[in-house]
This record gives sequence, C-alpha cells and structure tokens, in this order.
Amino acid sequence: MGKAFSKPKALSDTMTHYCPGCTHGIVHRLIAEVIDELGIQGRTVGIAPVGCAVLAYNYFNCDFQEAAHGRAPAMATGIKRVRPDLIVFTYQGDGDLASIGMGEIIHAANRGEKFTTIFINNAIYGMTGGQMAPTTMPGQRASTAPMGRNTDLTGMPIRMANLLSQLVTSSYITRQAVLKPQQVNKTKKAIKKAFEYQIEGKCFSFVEVISTCPTNWGLTPLDALKWAEETMVPYYELGDFKTPE
Amino acid sequence: MAKVLMKGNEAIAEAAIRAGCINYFAYPITPQSEVAEYMVKRLPEEGGVFLQGESEVAVGYMIFGAAAAGARVMTTSSSPGISLMGEAISYIAAANCPAVFVNIMRGGPGLGGILPSQADYLQATKGGGHGDYHILVMAPDGVQEAVEMTMQAFTLAEKYRGPVMVLGDGLIGQMMEPVEFPENLATKASNKDDWATNGMDTRKSKKRNLVKSLFLDPTELNNNNLALKAKYAQMKQEEIRFEIYNADGDYKVLITSFGTMSRVCRTAIDLLKEEGIEVAMLRPKTVFPFPEQAVYDAATKESCKAVISIEMNMGQMVEDVERCVKGQRPVEFYGECGGDIPSPEKIIKIIKALI
Repeated sequence: MGKAFSKPKALSDTMTHYCPGCTHGIVHRLIAEVIDELGIQGRTVGIAPVGCAVLAYNYFNCDFQEAAHGRAPAMATGIKRVRPDLIVFTYQGDGDLASIGMGEIIHAANRGEKFTTIFINNAIYGMTGGQMAPTTMPGQRASTAPMGRNTDLTGMPIRMANLLSQLVTSSYITRQAVLKPQQVNKTKKAIKKAFEYQIEGKCFSFVEVISTCPTNWGLTPLDALKWAEETMVPYYELGDFKTPE
Repeated sequence: MAKVLMKGNEAIAEAAIRAGCINYFAYPITPQSEVAEYMVKRLPEEGGVFLQGESEVAVGYMIFGAAAAGARVMTTSSSPGISLMGEAISYIAAANCPAVFVNIMRGGPGLGGILPSQADYLQATKGGGHGDYHILVMAPDGVQEAVEMTMQAFTLAEKYRGPVMVLGDGLIGQMMEPVEFPENLATKASNKDDWATNGMDTRKSKKRNLVKSLFLDPTELNNNNLALKAKYAQMKQEEIRFEIYNADGDYKVLITSFGTMSRVCRTAIDLLKEEGIEVAMLRPKTVFPFPEQAVYDAATKESCKAVISIEMNMGQMVEDVERCVKGQRPVEFYGECGGDIPSPEKIIKIIKALI
C-alpha cells in the first residue's frame, strides 16, 4: 500500500510561526494541495501580505514576492500583466486587504485581473497584537477597542465578498470557512475552482476564508472555532457570491 | 539616424521603447501625462503592456511586481505622484529590483503648482521613502539628454538591480527640441534567473526565488543594508557624470547648477564672457552619485573666489555643494521657485554682486 497522507510538494519543510489553533496552517495546506493537484508549482508566484502571513513565503515552495501592507493586488497586477502565463495568487489578511489595501483590491477586481486572492478574515489585526480591523464584529474587544467595537463610531464590519460581488465585472467571489472539517473540504474546492478560473484566463477569483485568532481573541482554539461559528458566520454568510458567466 | 522634433515627454516615452522597455504603468498627472498618452498608442504596436493604475501608490507596486517577475519596466510621474510612489521605491530598493522612474518635477510643497521646478532634488537624491537607501538619479538639461538618460537608465537599473530615476522638470517635459535616439543605448538582455520570481520552471536549478524586503534578524538586515551601501560605493566609482563649462580660464566664480536651470546659467556665462568676466559652471548629470571630487576641484581652483549654486528651488543641491567644498570657499545660493525661471540678466546681476 502506498503512502496514505503526505505533505504537498508546494509546502516547504519549515516549521511555521503561527500560534496554536491558528487556521492559517489549514489554508496554507489547502493552497499547496491545489497547486500540486493542478501541477502548477513551477509557474506559480505567490504574494505575501503584511501581517501574520508575511512569512508565508517561508512555508510555500514556489516563487514568492513580499508586498507592502495592502499592496499585494497591485503587485499581482504587475506580474500578471507582463507574464500572463504565470499563475499568481495573493494571500492577505483583513487588516491588509480590507483596510489599507481596499483601493488596490477593488480596482484589481474591477479590472478583472486574472489572479487569485485568498483572503483570511479573522476579524482582527494579528501580527501587530490584536487591534481592531474593519472586519471586527460589533462589540468584539480589541486592543484599540477595549470596550468592544462601537459601531456608532467605527461603522459595521466590512463584508468584502459581498462588496466585491457588487462590481459589474465578471469574477468568482466566494466566502468559505475552516471551522469544521466539512467547511475545510468546501474551502479546498473553492480554492481549486479559483485557481482553475485563473488557469483558463477567465476572471479575477477571490476566496474569503472565515478564520480564527485564538491568541488575540483571548480564547482557547476550540472556543475560538465556536465563537467564529456562532458570531461571525451568521454575519459573514458562507457561499458563492458570484460566478463568471 | 536623422533628428526629429519632439516634445520632451513623448521623446522620453519613445526612448524607453527604443531602449527595450515595453512595459509601462502610470497614473495621470500634469505636466507629464503626454508620456502615458504616447505609450498607449505605441506599446500595442510593440506587443507591450500599458496600464493606467488607480493611483500612484498602486502603480509603484505594479512596477515592483513586474520588475520582480523579471520584466523591464518604467513609470513616469510628477512630484506629488512621486511622493506617493516613495513607498514602493523604498521596497524596490530594499528588494534589489531594477525599475525606472521618471520625475517631471513641478512646484511644491503640497499640490504646489504645475510649472517647472527642481524642488524634489533632496527627495530624489537622499532617498525619498523610508529607510536607508539611495537610487541612482540622472538630471537631463534638455530633451536630447532626457532621451539618452532614459535609455541608459534601464542598463543602469539592471546593472545595479535597483531603481533608477530620471529627474527632469516641467520645461523639459513640455518643450520641443530636435532629438535623435542613439542606437547603441538599447539595453542588452541580462540574466535574471538568480533572483526573478518568474516561475521555478524557467530555471535550470528549479530552486525557488524570493523577492522580499523583510529581515527580522538584525544581522540579516544589517547585511542587506551593507550590500546596498556597497552598490552606492560602486556607483560613486563608476557612474559619476558631470559637465564642466567655461573652466579653462581663470574664473572668479563657479556656478553649480543642474537641469533646466543650467541652460540659463550657460547663457549668463556667455554674456559675462563678452564683458570679460570669467565664470565657470559645474553641472552634475548624475545628482546621485554626486560629483563630489569634481565640485571640490573646480571650487578650489586658485582663481575661484566663490561658489554659487543656482537652482529652481529654495536651496537643495547647495547642501551637497557645501559638503563637497568643505569650507574652502564661500558657497552662496540663489533660487526661485513657483515656476518663474530666473533670467540670464538676473543671474548676471547676482554674479556681478558676488565679485
């Protein structure tokens, strides 16, 4: 009998720096499995964000660029325009994509740039130590919202998948989660579909993934999964928001 | 090749194409939007990439992404736009990627004005963005030199694997002059396999490439910055370019000036010569690296009693001139900004007052 389970080729042997219970590791693995299955490792270029996943380039085994905060979609645009044959993906968190990088993601999506964005939404800034993000839930405590997010002063959490799906340009926009095994399987299917649309040169593809941050939420990994399921998922509705014509 | 009459901005665009750059990203800003308007027509003929980005911030990173993927790439902008690109320029310098930036300067600070200015000298030569870096900066004095420097910029960017800037001003961008495009300045292909993120399949080694500027380990960061410093030292050895004008005689005054302003100074020097007054000029063509020794040598010639830096700003290059003259001669300054270029008559009056 052959090996039943092994590490994808597109993942490196490096030990990650992610906290116990963090879901980045799951999403990294899903992306790597998809890269392997599609046989695109040798022509894939990833773009790491600023935030916890800035060191993602240490964990993937393919060409990688590291962007400034929020600018990954502009870099991906640059690569994809000069080298349409390459497979390009950005991996971005919510502070990176939904706050400082809002302009870059909207315009890249609206131009229909043929790259893939994996958007990790864990409702907080992780790397800088738990500050409020545009995706932080109402009343959720953060180091810059010690009494909980006050929506009178800071507005409601931004639903990126909903927002991007309003653009008229054709695209694949979906929101998934990695809080339960069946969600993980669905997320992998969505990531694969996103890369396939890119390979076909069809459209911009965007996979938002509801994730956890036990450390900055001040919860155990299991409680974090439960909190995300009960608090985030009802607001951040899962499913496909848009598929290309 | 025969000379053609061209507007500076259009000549810069054509020069880039002739040098072998067919990838251009930009955001409109006066007084250089004609570069984009020219490129959008010419690049499809060359099978190249034209993209108008949503902001100068984004354009900076389109340039970074494309350059890091191994493409030869350029953007053009003007002062406020270059400020916004400053973030990307810092990252590109840190990550060792070749890219060409053209700044057709307008007045500042703030929104300033749209008339010619040299107010971004310090920004261009001392870094401009955050962190410890420089970029190689060339300052043309007219359309022909803008063409040549733009063409050379790509070779230099690839030689040093870093950003190179052509620092013009609104006058150079807007005026028409006869130009020719030297055929020997086309950029030769360089091997980027060791570093470009253009897909592991493209390399024999199959080793993955990584373009980054984050070095959390203090020793690694220090080493990266030492490597950058070594590049700047090499530039000082190999790339310093300047013009020295009317320096054969016993001049009493040395003018330092660059770009458009130096053309007016040249006229003033010629007129003073007719009156029997000898004045020389040292014009840096590379403002980084700066012609340090040449400025010192010209300033300390026995006949020379004073140095004056004449610029279209409130006193910027004069700081470098003072640094290089090392207190051996008095260093004066005259500058105007706002868009009015000082006339030869005004310069003559100022020089006479110095003698």
